[in-house]
Amino acid sequence: MRSFVALVAGLLFALGLGISGMSDPAKVISFLDVTGAWDPSLAFVMGGAIGVHFFAARWAARRQKPVLDSKFHLPKGATVDAKLLIGAALFGIGWGIAGYCPGPALVAVAGFDRAPLTFVGAMVASMAAFHLGKAALTKQT
Amino acid sequence: MSFTPLSALVGGALIGSSASLLLVLDGRVAGISGIVGGLLQPKRGEIAWRSAFLVGLLLGALGLALLYPAAVHGVSPVPLALVVLAGVLVGFGTRLGSGCTSGHGVCGISRGSKRSIVATMTFMATGVATTFVVQHLLFRGAP
Repeated sequence: MRSFVALVAGLLFALGLGISGMSDPAKVISFLDVTGAWDPSLAFVMGGAIGVHFFAARWAARRQKPVLDSKFHLPKGATVDAKLLIGAALFGIGWGIAGYCPGPALVAVAGFDRAPLTFVGAMVASMAAFHLGKAALTKQT
Repeated sequence: MSFTPLSALVGGALIGSSASLLLVLDGRVAGISGIVGGLLQPKRGEIAWRSAFLVGLLLGALGLALLYPAAVHGVSPVPLALVVLAGVLVGFGTRLGSGCTSGHGVCGISRGSKRSIVATMTFMATGVATTFVVQHLLFRGAP
């Protein structure tokens, strides 16, 4: 049942990305291009998403567990550290170069165009390399 | 690009509904980089829901390809070599920074997480700065 919920959530997520314009990298670039022909549309995506999810998050904060599981699986860290800042900064640079972030790139893969396929290949390889490197480092110390 | 606040708002609300479904029923965060990253270092109990979410995401994407093909045929305004560099930076950066536009930008901010608010301001700032450099200094708007 939990997996079925996740499947439906994934489906809705893809539709939301497609309808909103997030899966078009040119649209993303024109959102980030504040000194050019700026198109602020995509700010409304975040507004719409947070406007809905805020209420779910408030509900969750008052509960001990979700409906279908024995506990919430939420990030525990609370401190802003160098890893968070450097990681977010690098992610933003990559986002600003090509206009793809992870979700929209995965959605765009369904068009079988070269750019999103290339992007997702590079992204997944880079994530895998990160995890391998991290595992190797923790083994050493 | 033309200003499309209504479709952006509707799409955003769908993304928020998806994240809400996942949080309220499954107790999980709808962060795409985290969902993919978790499959690359598989742990017990972490595989099924992540795979199911990604299958749903791809089914939705295939649905879009059939009914609204423009959504999956956007053109990135940079050459393919830069797309590779972008993929490497996004992959590494989202794992090091524990999230992307969805995990930090939507789920984290909705929860009021300080880390996510700082992360979102950071990637927005470097995204805007990078777009300026690439579009106006490197290519002058015409790659």
